[in-house]
Amino acid sequence: MLGLNHYLVLAALLFCIGFIGAVAKRNAIAVLMGVELMLNGVNLNLVAFDRFGNHAEPLGQAFAVFIVAVAAAEVAVALAMILTLYRKRGNTNVDDLEGLKW
Amino acid sequence: MVNAAIALVLAPLAAFILIAFMTRRTEALSAMVGIVAAAASLVLSIGLLVGVLADPAGAHESIKWLSIPAIGHFRGLEISMGVLVDPLSATMCVIVSLVAFLVMIYSLGYMKGDPGFSRYYAYLSLFAFSMLGLVVADNYFQTFSFWELVGLCSYLLIGFWFEKKSAADASRKAFITNRWADFGFMVGVLLLFQLFGSFDFTELSTVIPLAKGGAMLPLIAALIFIGPLGKSAQFPFHVWLPDAMEGPTPVSALIHAATMVAAGVYLIARGFILFASVPAVMEGMAYIGGFTALFAASIALVQKDIKRILAYSTLSQLGYMFMALGVGSMSAGMFHLTTHAFFKALLFLGAGSVIHATGEQDIFKMGGLGKKMRITAWAFTIGALALSGIFPLAGFWSKDEILLASLRSGHVGLYVLGLGVAFMTAFYMFRLIFTAFGGASTEGLRAHESGPAMAIPLLVLAALSVVAGLIGSPWFERAFGFSFGSFIFFGEGEKSRLDLTTAAISSLVAVGGIGLAWIMYGKKLIKAERVAAAFGPAYRLLDHKFYIDEIYGWIFARVMLAGGRAFDWIDHKVIDGLFDGLGAATRATGRKLRLTQSGRLQGYALVIFGAVAIAALALSTDLLGGLLK
Amino acid sequence: MSGLPLLPAILLSPFAGALLLALIPEGRKSAIRAIALVSSSFALALSLATMILYDRSLAGMQFVARIPWVGNFGINLDLGVDGLSLPLVLLTAIILFAGVFVTWRLETRSKEFFIYTLLLVGGVFGVFMSMDLLVLFMFIEIAVIPKYVLISVWGSTRKEYAAMKYTMYLLAGSAISLVAIIAIFAYAHDPARGLGVWTFDLASLSTIHFDAGFQKFAFFLMLAGFGVLIPLFPLHRWTPDGHSAAPTAISMLLAGVIMKLGGYALIRVGVGLFPEGAAFWAPLIAVLAAVNAVYIAFVAMVQKDLKFVVANSSISHMGFVLIGIASLNAASMDGAVAQMFAHGIMAALFFAVVGLIYDKAHTRAIADFGGLAHQMPRVAAAFLIAGLASLGLPGMFNFVAEFAVFSGAMQVYPVISVIAISSVVLTAIYVLLVFQRVFFGPRNPRWDHLSDARGVEMVPIVLLAAVLIGLGLYPRLIMDTITGGVLPIVQRIASLHIGGTF
Repeated sequence: MLGLNHYLVLAALLFCIGFIGAVAKRNAIAVLMGVELMLNGVNLNLVAFDRFGNHAEPLGQAFAVFIVAVAAAEVAVALAMILTLYRKRGNTNVDDLEGLKW
Repeated sequence: MVNAAIALVLAPLAAFILIAFMTRRTEALSAMVGIVAAAASLVLSIGLLVGVLADPAGAHESIKWLSIPAIGHFRGLEISMGVLVDPLSATMCVIVSLVAFLVMIYSLGYMKGDPGFSRYYAYLSLFAFSMLGLVVADNYFQTFSFWELVGLCSYLLIGFWFEKKSAADASRKAFITNRWADFGFMVGVLLLFQLFGSFDFTELSTVIPLAKGGAMLPLIAALIFIGPLGKSAQFPFHVWLPDAMEGPTPVSALIHAATMVAAGVYLIARGFILFASVPAVMEGMAYIGGFTALFAASIALVQKDIKRILAYSTLSQLGYMFMALGVGSMSAGMFHLTTHAFFKALLFLGAGSVIHATGEQDIFKMGGLGKKMRITAWAFTIGALALSGIFPLAGFWSKDEILLASLRSGHVGLYVLGLGVAFMTAFYMFRLIFTAFGGASTEGLRAHESGPAMAIPLLVLAALSVVAGLIGSPWFERAFGFSFGSFIFFGEGEKSRLDLTTAAISSLVAVGGIGLAWIMYGKKLIKAERVAAAFGPAYRLLDHKFYIDEIYGWIFARVMLAGGRAFDWIDHKVIDGLFDGLGAATRATGRKLRLTQSGRLQGYALVIFGAVAIAALALSTDLLGGLLK
Repeated sequence: MSGLPLLPAILLSPFAGALLLALIPEGRKSAIRAIALVSSSFALALSLATMILYDRSLAGMQFVARIPWVGNFGINLDLGVDGLSLPLVLLTAIILFAGVFVTWRLETRSKEFFIYTLLLVGGVFGVFMSMDLLVLFMFIEIAVIPKYVLISVWGSTRKEYAAMKYTMYLLAGSAISLVAIIAIFAYAHDPARGLGVWTFDLASLSTIHFDAGFQKFAFFLMLAGFGVLIPLFPLHRWTPDGHSAAPTAISMLLAGVIMKLGGYALIRVGVGLFPEGAAFWAPLIAVLAAVNAVYIAFVAMVQKDLKFVVANSSISHMGFVLIGIASLNAASMDGAVAQMFAHGIMAALFFAVVGLIYDKAHTRAIADFGGLAHQMPRVAAAFLIAGLASLGLPGMFNFVAEFAVFSGAMQVYPVISVIAISSVVLTAIYVLLVFQRVFFGPRNPRWDHLSDARGVEMVPIVLLAAVLIGLGLYPRLIMDTITGGVLPIVQRIASLHIGGTF
């Protein structure tokens, strides 16, 4: 039987994979994907707590839906920016993005 | 009586306001306004004097001007403004308004055509107001206020021809020298109030004699005494008066000979009770006066400028008055003030007449003026004789009175010194007369007698210089039952005395001085240049006025201004350096710290995650069951 | 009588004027001037009315208007004036009125200029009227901030540096005094030691007996914070740069009013709440005041720019205010408040005259001038009047104020006072030196094109000179009111023994 801990471990793994992707990858799209993985890790956490907890209202699920919606918007904006960046500079390497640094 | 006194003070003020705001453009009208106001003051002053003669108790009224209550053991501040009419102030009022009136008439001729004609009359009226206000003041605060105002008028009138740098410099010097003295005066007045809780002359005169001994009273008397030292240009504050001759000559006559410079003497007479209760200050006063008399007379011996000779003579005569006050004879001091006002004003107006006619101030460039300017020459000679103390002219009586007073009070040294000064006075005055009025006329020197506007005041003053002394003579007392000394006095009324021995000695000395001048400058039996050469160093010392101006100039430039520059440097470098440095340090820190902002997004993310992880671990120590402990 | 909402009306008139100005298009110069003039005359007329209607026999806070604001924290917009603040309200109104005339011919962005000026003056009115500590502090900030813009936009001579310096100094001062204000607030809420309620009301706060340690601590913060405004040596360096860089009307307000905010706040809050703290720090203030008076007078003596002379002279004169406060007795405090008023008027006149010269000659370097009295006799007379007032000539209100300060101070610090008094001589030296260099001397053809002051230019000169002389001749017109305001504060201190051998 799958218990709460299984879900939490899975969520933690997802989150860590996403985090390493977000921190270590040089490609902006990969970073974005990492961030998405982190968000989904969090989502899984929320849903799991909601399912196994004893709540009258499905608050965790509501939050998860919220995050999915916001993440979609975020991806749209971020992809648009990355696309513009790619058109201007020919690559999407985040290390090169230091134009606003002091 | 009080109303008349207020009116006679305010009349010139009204004239000043009228001239300043309304009649400035019509010069004749301005002069008229000024003269009418002065005449009104004169008439009222004479009325006042007559009233006081009938009732020597006089009158005194005042209103509350400022009142701050005392709290705890601290004094508040109670200031009133009032009018004190007594023999002293009534006499002084007459002197001031009379000389002012005559000078204003004289100026009609002297200042004719000057572009600042209206301004001149405005200033003169303002001066008359301030001076009369000073005279009738009933307390130290009010006296100090008007004291400063006459200083302002003096400043304005010395610098009347402000386009001349020398005049502008002189006016500033006069004001600032007086300011230093008034600084002492003000501190003294403040302490006086602190001690007695009153500024009022009448009130103080009852309180001061009861005051217990202590260091405070002498200190106050000494500080207040500094004020008169400045105003009456006594050593070491004398430097401004000779320079003040840059002003128009009638101004020198009115302000820097007859009235304002005598204010110092007047103040001491007014507050005599204070000074008389401190013998040390009285001694100091007598010796400062005596020293200044000698010091200034010696400088006058070698001056060439007609006005400067008279200026040093004024210093010297004021020194005489201080000496008289210092040896305790207030009536002798005030008597000399009165006679001196007339004959010194006469001498200055005479000198003005000469300057007006010739445009020259150096007496050695004049000569033979006696024939061309008869009235002036006669008037001037009368003034000089009166100043030298020749019987029966005014100066004889008052100077004798002073010498006698110093002898009677046991100051033999001062008496001898006074005789020496009398000798020098006679000498330098007749040196001037023989050089300028006697001898052959200098070529190319245009000279003519002055018009009636200038001649009439000369004649009036000449007449007064002859007869004014008689009010202090025994004959006057026998005829009318009172005299100057029994009218204005401190303590006990003094009988007019004529001590034949002292009178004879001082007359001999004066005649001797005139004689020497005649030998040197009239007959030229002794060459003056040779005398100067024989006493080379002494002559140079006198010619440079004992280098006192140089010393003060050095102090101002090297100490005051250098101090200012040093402090300015501290302001800019040290204090600004400190605070600007604080700003610079903040900026520098920021410059270093911003290096941590690498701009690498992933680096930030790592730091954030690390921080969250540490925080989470720290918060969950209990849950982890002491794992981290 | 107190039923009329005079104070809210005075306070609102500049703000309303600023609001109206914001709605007017930039191009309509005469409408802009008219609004500025109307709102300033309104404020002046009402201030005068308040002065006349103020009941001197009653003294204390009058014309009180209470407007609840943030009730939970005891912050209320309570307005009221007493003998301490009323003269300063009048002073502000007079200087604003004069300042409008000085700026009459301003062409560049006159709309914004008047808006900021009116905001600033509104803030100043607020400070003087406020009976609430936090509101008072807030109004100080309102008065300080517009000045940054005014100096950096309309100023001259290193204006950016000066504006920044001014703002930094004053904000640093505010930060320090804010600490004290919060500490007071917390103290008052403590039921054991204070009142047990949240309040900023000055009257309630003054009923607390703060313990001695707290008094020393809080008063020192107040001294350092408000000392910047006054300015107290060595926190004074913003003044010369700020005054000189500011446009004329703003210099007038800066020297005339802003500097007084510090003195007022120090008396009202510092001495009013912490008499023991004041007594503890008073000797320090007295020493620094003497330094202010004498040291800065020396500095003023060697300045080469007219405005720097006047600015330094202002610092020097504020030394008299400080020593008056430090002496903590009736005569000296009366004198200090009177000196604030007198110096405000005198400094405004000084800056107005210097501004007039600068507008016409486009230079302020003393060495460039000479003989200006030929071309500008009225300006010369005005400068002389201001100069004479500043050197404390009898007949000017400044003399009365200084005399009262000295009379009180001499009783507490004889030696320090004498040193401070010597600055009246130093003042005479530099004032007359400058006057001679600028106005005396032969006619200089270079300045023949300059015209004398006339028309609107004469309004501020005549107004300010008349106030100085009028009050100098009969000081009771205002001194009795001041005494009524100062007495309660001094009476609280009277029980404490202060003073020393200096």
